[in-house]
Amino acid sequence: METKMTKSLSVARATRMSGIAMGLLAVIVIVMALAPYWAGRAELRLFGEIFLYMALASLWNLLAGYAGLVSVGQQAYVGFGGYMFFALAILWGVHPLAAIPLAGLLGALIAAPVAVLIFRLRGAYFAIGTWVMAEVFRLSFAQFSALGGGSGTSLPVDIVKSLADGRAAREAAAYWLALGVVVAVVGLVYAYLRSSRGVALTAIRDNELAAKSLGIDIWRAKFTVYVVTGGLTALVGALIFLQKLRISPDAAFSVNDWTAFVIFIVVIGGIGTLEGPILGTLVYFALRETLADLGSAYLIALGVLAILIMLKAPKGLWGLVRARSGAELFPLSRRVRGLDD
Amino acid sequence: MDWINTTLQGTLLGGLYALFAAGLSLIFGVMRLVNIAHGDLIVLAAYLALTTTVMLGASPVMALLIVVPLMAGLGYLLQRLVLNRTMGEDILPPLLVTFGLSVILQNLLLTGYSADPQKLQAGALETASLPVGGLSVGVLPLIVFVVAVLTIAALQWMFYRTALGRAFRATSDRQDIAQLMGLHRAHIFGLAMALSLAVTALAGVFLGIRTSFDPAAGGARLIFGFEAVIIGGLGNLWGTLAGGVILGVAQTLGAKINPGFQVLAGHIVFLVILAVRPRGLFPRMD
Repeated sequence: METKMTKSLSVARATRMSGIAMGLLAVIVIVMALAPYWAGRAELRLFGEIFLYMALASLWNLLAGYAGLVSVGQQAYVGFGGYMFFALAILWGVHPLAAIPLAGLLGALIAAPVAVLIFRLRGAYFAIGTWVMAEVFRLSFAQFSALGGGSGTSLPVDIVKSLADGRAAREAAAYWLALGVVVAVVGLVYAYLRSSRGVALTAIRDNELAAKSLGIDIWRAKFTVYVVTGGLTALVGALIFLQKLRISPDAAFSVNDWTAFVIFIVVIGGIGTLEGPILGTLVYFALRETLADLGSAYLIALGVLAILIMLKAPKGLWGLVRARSGAELFPLSRRVRGLDD
Repeated sequence: MDWINTTLQGTLLGGLYALFAAGLSLIFGVMRLVNIAHGDLIVLAAYLALTTTVMLGASPVMALLIVVPLMAGLGYLLQRLVLNRTMGEDILPPLLVTFGLSVILQNLLLTGYSADPQKLQAGALETASLPVGGLSVGVLPLIVFVVAVLTIAALQWMFYRTALGRAFRATSDRQDIAQLMGLHRAHIFGLAMALSLAVTALAGVFLGIRTSFDPAAGGARLIFGFEAVIIGGLGNLWGTLAGGVILGVAQTLGAKINPGFQVLAGHIVFLVILAVRPRGLFPRMD
């Protein structure tokens, strides 16, 4: 009895496994950072695209999986970021490297009034409200004749050239920006969820009433997440259209490209986990690279897979891994040590 | 006179939007379900009517006799086999499952019917018009509007005057108590979705006669229906009709100012109403 009383209990987050995972992740990031020196042009493009989708998926997961704000209108910010990047670079002559973060900032600025308006809609109606906002953005930019109106515009050659000297250097720069943004986004989401605000957010998700009675300002917590997510999504949007070099309202505000795929990625990988969107992106691209020739049959299969996962394993592939092994690569939950040994 | 005419056309267009919205409003009222695939189901009904008219040589209005029961049956099965498994406190599963369904439906239609725009041929009905006090009113838009009013009256009657409506209202108020009182919840939900898709079938067929449609046309129909529901106020079917009319008038007036402004004008009116009256104009439900 005595010995049990004195046995020290401690609360820890990191496990040996998460330590190893973090080390491995650092190695992977370094190897990927060197990709321009070992990968071909096509691979580099594909990796860049994977990183940008990973960032979008992580952001949507923070929004829907943690803040409970299920948006089907995040294409509003992807497109807005892309358009702001083009507007700043073409119309106001801002250097592309400065235009990218500015596009993100403007995205956060526009997200604030949007949030005030659509937060009046509850639950599922909020979802459709976000879609209406995205449509308003798309139709408005289609009227914006300085950037080509409905048919869109291309990034002029001299602006592309101002990014870096030579084609290889430019492609490497675009790639590093994509890698940088995914590392920053995942790192930020991780840090946010570990902070007291992140704990508050998880409390709201698990039980709004209980969280409210503990003094958490629910509206403000959700508002913050919405605005930050909007800004970062716009930043990713700027990078997406830097890679594409061309923008049009239909491509910029595509619900399929920037929301449907992202939702499928997060659902398949595991919603409400940090690892889910990362795993989901890898699975999605593995499927796409092997099955994309099937065209619409591929999209049907993806939809069926997402529905089956939502019905049979709502925590996604990572949820299955975690249920079997208890693995957590990004240590978020607290574990009590010293209870049972 | 010109503006009066535009307003009149917008009002009649609002009837179609009210039909888009009625099915959405119904299932939200009974089971708090928001069906993201609603617009794609409207388009599916239009395609089913197209196949019926082509195969049987029947008029689109006759095709309703086949498409309405077909969609109702599909709705019942969809609810019993898929959507009932997602019902619960968490709004995420139904939302994401219907979203997946929407993508599946769009791509199935794309595979089956190609991306070419289609239209239902209703012959002389399409161009017939009535002179009303110096204005000319299209017979078809008028029929659609009357059908919308009758549909909403019928739904209202069903809700407040029949045993089925009582079961719907009971389930809507307290699912668990309704279950204890001997109502089979899964079956009631199935019937609600069947009724919703029967109305959707009406909406789809009239959409197909009025304008051309393609597999990607569903998203906008969902949004118009949703805007009509929110403008009118949740849970109020007559409010939904008013919401549809307001949206229709906003769109036709917007189009008169600038053709590129049509849909945007509707969205802006919706957002203004959301800002000024967040619960809609005639709310009944929280």
